[in-house]
Amino acid sequence: MSASPSTAAAPAASEAGTPTARGTRGTAKRRPPVTRRGERLAGYTFMTPWIIGSLVFTVGPMLWSLYLSFTDYHLILGGDFIGLANYRAMFDDPMFARAVKVTLLYVVLAVPLKLAASLAVAMLLTQSRRGIGFYRAAFYMPSLIAMSVGMALVWKALFATDGPQDQIMSWFGWEGGGFIGNPDVSILMLVLLSVWTFGAPMVIFMAGLLQVPGELHEAAQVDGAGKWHRFVHITIPMLSPVIFFNVLMETVHAFQMFGPAFIIGGTAGGPAWSTLFYTVRVYALAFVDLRMGYASAWAWMLVLAVGVVTLIMFRAAKNLVYYAGEDNK
Amino acid sequence: MTTATETAPRTIARRRRTAAERSRSVIWHLALLASLVVVLYPAFWVVTASLKPNEDIITNLSPIPTTIVWENFTSAFDGLAGIPLWRFFWNSFVIAALSVVGIVVSCSITAYALGRLSFPGRKAMFAVVIATLLLPGQVMLIPQYLIFSELDVVNTIFPLVIGKFLGLDAFFVFMYVQFLRGIPRELDQAAMIDGAGHFRIFFSIMLPLLRPAIVTSSIFTFIGSWNDFMGPLIYLHEIAKFPLPRLLQSYNNTEAVTNYGGMMAMTLLSLVPVVLFFLVFQKFLIKGIATSGVKG
Repeated sequence: MSASPSTAAAPAASEAGTPTARGTRGTAKRRPPVTRRGERLAGYTFMTPWIIGSLVFTVGPMLWSLYLSFTDYHLILGGDFIGLANYRAMFDDPMFARAVKVTLLYVVLAVPLKLAASLAVAMLLTQSRRGIGFYRAAFYMPSLIAMSVGMALVWKALFATDGPQDQIMSWFGWEGGGFIGNPDVSILMLVLLSVWTFGAPMVIFMAGLLQVPGELHEAAQVDGAGKWHRFVHITIPMLSPVIFFNVLMETVHAFQMFGPAFIIGGTAGGPAWSTLFYTVRVYALAFVDLRMGYASAWAWMLVLAVGVVTLIMFRAAKNLVYYAGEDNK
Repeated sequence: MTTATETAPRTIARRRRTAAERSRSVIWHLALLASLVVVLYPAFWVVTASLKPNEDIITNLSPIPTTIVWENFTSAFDGLAGIPLWRFFWNSFVIAALSVVGIVVSCSITAYALGRLSFPGRKAMFAVVIATLLLPGQVMLIPQYLIFSELDVVNTIFPLVIGKFLGLDAFFVFMYVQFLRGIPRELDQAAMIDGAGHFRIFFSIMLPLLRPAIVTSSIFTFIGSWNDFMGPLIYLHEIAKFPLPRLLQSYNNTEAVTNYGGMMAMTLLSLVPVVLFFLVFQKFLIKGIATSGVKG
């Protein structure tokens, strides 16, 4: 926490500090003066791996895949420029509608549930009580293993027909069988797997909660504000930058769900396409069907969708997020 | 901070509140323990499943195996297609270790330039880093695959680690930059007055101070690489080169039909390094995410 003031001060110090430093440097005799050119040279030298890497493996491939999305390129058969035909074909592709539906449903269910769980537990774990370290570690642990192939296999067993979920729920009259075989609810397996990783945003919430000044709560308490009132009018506004960060990151990640979906539903997104995640379909198009041009168009639609959602969130944040100590007009 | 502010009013009214406080504390513990049982159930389940006979694994709800079957582990150690399990562990370890080295080296130099030096284009480059943080990586997958197959390195681990050596992992670059910004400028200035150049400052001052960021990023990179499935799925096609996630996936498609217990034992063994890592480094880990999140 003590680092945050210096973090904020660092850029200001740099601008004020450099001219004087440069002046002193000019008089140093033992070594050639480290001039602005020296700093520039050092900067580019240090950046060389990144610059090469970005051009070859990030920026280059992005432009290339944009081009591919306008072709019918097939890994073996090759392809030609076909203009917007891929994008038009997507809207007639029943798989596109399915993949969009599954992915959106997942995002809409998993992100709020996961964040609600993580905020609730974070609030319990920022009180000063004995054994707090143990609880923090224990609740955080699942987020490290949840997205592994191993846990996806465990999930398949837990939600199998006659498996633990089926048996426990049938005590309460459930007749839908294991989630894994039931297209109406199979998506919930992946939602639950995502909620299970609530530990990661929880830790970020805890750090945010610890920075809410206690005086605010005390003052409100003196004025007779109840717990719920303080939560809505103090905790939530003070925490809004952290909430924004978590919502943004979790949403962006949720759109890209791949590994567990691939293991649980396969490339066909079974049963009955109910777990056909968007990225799983992109993988199948590109690396099973080898239709790389069409798959690139799919991938670019995802970029557009995530871009639009991100933009909307940043716009909304302007009105909804409160930054303490800043003019929020 | 909360400790100070919360306990202050409590001490004044301590005598009056103790009984109520104690019962609230008990309720707090009970609530958390109850949720822990639910949260840790899947992790606990895999431990018992790996000890149960095949036919009991899915259907028998009892957490304690009626008969303990150690054969699951012996068959797990046999691995797949005549290649022993330790080989897959080694494959995973090599990829993870190289990733850690790559991340630490490339992110520290990239972040030093982005966070501490000024040169034309720095802001634009930092904007690219931030943009890749939010960009779905799938969009680059196909051209990257075409590049790597042109370079004839498909079916090697090169495509899985090269990005780590080039500082392309935006999350860690960002984390290092945030960390470097917290280090006082006076240190660089003092060193410059003493005649140190940027390389000297980087190696003698920044690297030692970066240690907490290096530890955190190493742990995350190791675990992330250990769990990574998409990369090996696309680039590795030969069983002998498979890391553990690919092994588990193949095993699930082939052997698991007859030997479910073996797969559960394998699953458990594949999770053990991550959990051990976590138990050893958990304080760093939790602190690491907290700082990267909130300062952003």
